[in-house]
Amino acid sequence: MTAQADDELWSAIADPSRRRVLDLLINNGAVSASWLGRQVPFTRQAVSKHLVVLEDAGLVSRRKQGREVLYQVEADRLDQATRALADLAAQWDRRLGAIKRLAEAAHAANKKRKEEMS
Amino acid sequence: MPGLVIDRDVLIEAPVEVVWRTVTEPDQMSQWFADRVELVVAPGAHGYMQFGDQGGPVVVETVDPPARFSFRWNHPDGEEPVAGNSMLVEFTLTPLGDERTRLRVVESGHELRDWPDAEKERYADEHGNGWVEFLDRLAGVLAESQPG
Repeated sequence: MTAQADDELWSAIADPSRRRVLDLLINNGAVSASWLGRQVPFTRQAVSKHLVVLEDAGLVSRRKQGREVLYQVEADRLDQATRALADLAAQWDRRLGAIKRLAEAAHAANKKRKEEMS
Repeated sequence: MPGLVIDRDVLIEAPVEVVWRTVTEPDQMSQWFADRVELVVAPGAHGYMQFGDQGGPVVVETVDPPARFSFRWNHPDGEEPVAGNSMLVEFTLTPLGDERTRLRVVESGHELRDWPDAEKERYADEHGNGWVEFLDRLAGVLAESQPG
């Protein structure tokens, strides 16, 4: 992923209202802008603006169904984001694992020293 | 809570004082964290961490032995790290009896939307996947799908 694409994704999700819209889409599948508008405390115009930004970032796509336009989450893009988050979590898990090994080894050494002294 | 990123913990079979030293002493930190750690463990102290051929400044925020230690990093060059331009890493140590400790780490992010575009690009270049900080919804999904 390029820095440019990262940047768009960042901006798209840095806004709490947009995250709320994204959240609703994750949990409810393909829905219309007017349905979304009824679920959130901000205006229909704000919802439309958020959807445009999310679409530009590749997180959301639209399709026509009859007279309605339905919005849905782009699973691949979201997967990409989830994987990156998992990498970050895994990095901390590795660090915590290393702390655990070091602390337990130090504790064992301390205990041994005490036993030898007594 | 916007911006919450990563929340992990581990159970360690050692007293809280031993875990505290492992987490906070620079010569110990260089064994589990960065390749080189220059740090005075005191609130407000400025330090430096080197990872391979990359590195960056860190600023200690909280030192409350043997329970809490936190620092900020990933802030723009030449700026003081504050909420909004940096990542906060917080360690919390909880003793569970005399020889067992729960160690929790929370890394939380900043709101990049207030940054100038050039700064965002620089950050994206340097940190690659750093944008994920804002996916707190995804953090929730991940927490449900991963044990621990």
